Amino acid sequence: MESTAHDFKDNVDVALADPNLQDSLAKLKVGFSERRRQAAERLPEFEVLRDSARDIKNHTLANLDFYLEEFERKVTDLGGHVHWAPTAADARQIITDLCRSMNARTVAKSKSMVSEEIGLNDHLEALGIAPIETDLGEYIIQLRHEPPSHIIAPAVHLTKDQVADTFLEAHSKLGFTKRLTERNDLVAEARYVLRQKFLDADVGLTGANFLVAETGSSMLVTNEGNADLSNTLPRMHIVLASIEKVIPTLEDAAVLLRVLARSATGQESSAYTTLNTGPKRPGDLDGPEHYHVVILDNGRSSVLGTEMQDMLRCIRCGACMNHCPVYGAIGGHAYGWVYPGPIGAVLTPQLLGVEEASNLPNASTFCGRCESVCPVRIPLPKLMRHWREREFERHLTPKAVRQGLALWSFVARRPRLYKSLTGLANRMLALFGRADGRYGNLPLASGWTRFRDFPAPQPGGTFHAQWKRKRP
Amino acid sequence: MSDAPNQANRATILNGIRRSLHRGELSGDERQTVEARLAAPPRGPAVARANLPQPEKVALFCQWAEANNATVARVAAADVPGEVTSYLARNNLPAEAAMAPGPALDGFDWATQKMLSLRRGRGEAADHVSITGAFAGIAETGTLVTASGPEHPVTLNLLPDTHIVVLREGDIVGGYEDVWVRLRARYGKDRMPRTVNTITGPSRTGDIEQTIELGAHGPRRMHIVVVRE
Repeated sequence: MESTAHDFKDNVDVALADPNLQDSLAKLKVGFSERRRQAAERLPEFEVLRDSARDIKNHTLANLDFYLEEFERKVTDLGGHVHWAPTAADARQIITDLCRSMNARTVAKSKSMVSEEIGLNDHLEALGIAPIETDLGEYIIQLRHEPPSHIIAPAVHLTKDQVADTFLEAHSKLGFTKRLTERNDLVAEARYVLRQKFLDADVGLTGANFLVAETGSSMLVTNEGNADLSNTLPRMHIVLASIEKVIPTLEDAAVLLRVLARSATGQESSAYTTLNTGPKRPGDLDGPEHYHVVILDNGRSSVLGTEMQDMLRCIRCGACMNHCPVYGAIGGHAYGWVYPGPIGAVLTPQLLGVEEASNLPNASTFCGRCESVCPVRIPLPKLMRHWREREFERHLTPKAVRQGLALWSFVARRPRLYKSLTGLANRMLALFGRADGRYGNLPLASGWTRFRDFPAPQPGGTFHAQWKRKRP
Repeated sequence: MSDAPNQANRATILNGIRRSLHRGELSGDERQTVEARLAAPPRGPAVARANLPQPEKVALFCQWAEANNATVARVAAADVPGEVTSYLARNNLPAEAAMAPGPALDGFDWATQKMLSLRRGRGEAADHVSITGAFAGIAETGTLVTASGPEHPVTLNLLPDTHIVVLREGDIVGGYEDVWVRLRARYGKDRMPRTVNTITGPSRTGDIEQTIELGAHGPRRMHIVVVRE
């Protein structure tokens, strides 16, 4: 997927002016976060489980090579194959070769963010292999040639009416010529169309929520059942997962599952959680004959041992974006690449480079809601602050901002100068804003006043002045 | 596909990890510690809801299964076939079903249901109804667990519109951890069945305007027949 992260500011203007997107985001802001809160309240052990989930991930990362080797050994013992992909290009090549070994014409795909990260669909299409997204949300955006806007709800930016139009256009050639208006009819039509595609697919490709080292199993969590059809019906099942998806044992999976669904959708449990271990066994009446796991690094191993390592704990639940006021205002597409929201603001500079994505870590008020809901307690604001520091160190910050900061730091290090300047500004703003109590526009602050008024200071002087007077 | 490039890629990734962690391959005490953890997996924090006495487990299982849009009937073993027929009639469904081939369902007297037509085998695209057993039920979340094999093809869980599951009360356990214990006892510590499905209610999606609709790709209806013991 081509990144537009460098155009973040333009992307934001587009997003803020899109009425359909703003309607959809209004629903998101109340839906997911309220359901998560209720689910967390129903489980008294939720906070302790979050600590445990964090510790499990930290333990795994500290021994990542060991657990990956252990996972590989178990998969191989049971007749599966593990392929190692240092880069996105390596992963695309491995998957292409596997598809060709089956003479595959179509690949039934279950939602995989890692496949978005490596740009798999475009690559396969160019080679004449048709990837078919089978998660309903992914299917909708594939028909619309759009990227996902959320890591667990890829079509969350669309309204029902937009989906209805998309289906009418795409399905009318299949004989579905009526524009549907009810959600359940839309779901039923997609189910009907996709069922045949599952039955015809040569290869099923899924991601993995976890890879269990103890048993060599890939673990998939879904609600629709599309991942299970993808890994049951075609003759080959390919699992595509990044290195940090490995966890030690089934007991660890139990802890992580308890926080994953609740953090993501507020469900007690997703409808389907599936462990797949190797290919079809003797006597089995169904299942794939071939089972392959592609393990992708794509720069992640270089994050280990650094101050940024915590980002690798992420279990991709989406809670950080569901609770982010910035994501809630602009949606996922504005972030310009695969991973939006707070975790995207931390991952994208790592995966694409800080030059490309330097704006994303700045798109935060540091309100801290993301960290407060993260099931594995990733200190997202701290990580974003690291990226801001690196952006500044590399002189990527715009000149006006750098000069402004230089002026600020000059003044801030001279308390007497600071006090007299802020005192003067305070008196001036109070004086000229006396009539309205607010400013509709203000020199040097147009970025603020373009969208809202700037309040005139209340009587009583600056904070410093008031503190001096009122301090006990 | 030649194996040499894969081995080189493998070394690239594993060595990259070790370089970042400022160490070589795990050895000595460090290695023994992680090997011991893998051999005897420690449990996470206990969840009270997953550790109730057996009768309460059964009740909790039924409560959560229903909360997740499954329907539940609790009947004696002799009444299982009748409950299945009656469920199909109540829902205006055809009295024919694909049934799991294994011995788990042989103990019930299906011959009493003269109108019920059963085919034993895997699930097919044309099937409307499937009937299977279950490896376990998880009280904590009302979740069914099935283990694949010749006696339980996975397609039966996925392809039909309606999935009827016969679950013995004695197979209802507290939490996931209890299922892992049973799996290891049945299949061996390092040998999982090919597929373990844990299923909580019928298939669903919230992908259109975050509103849940049932029957996305898997069954639209799930009926659980809990067998009293």
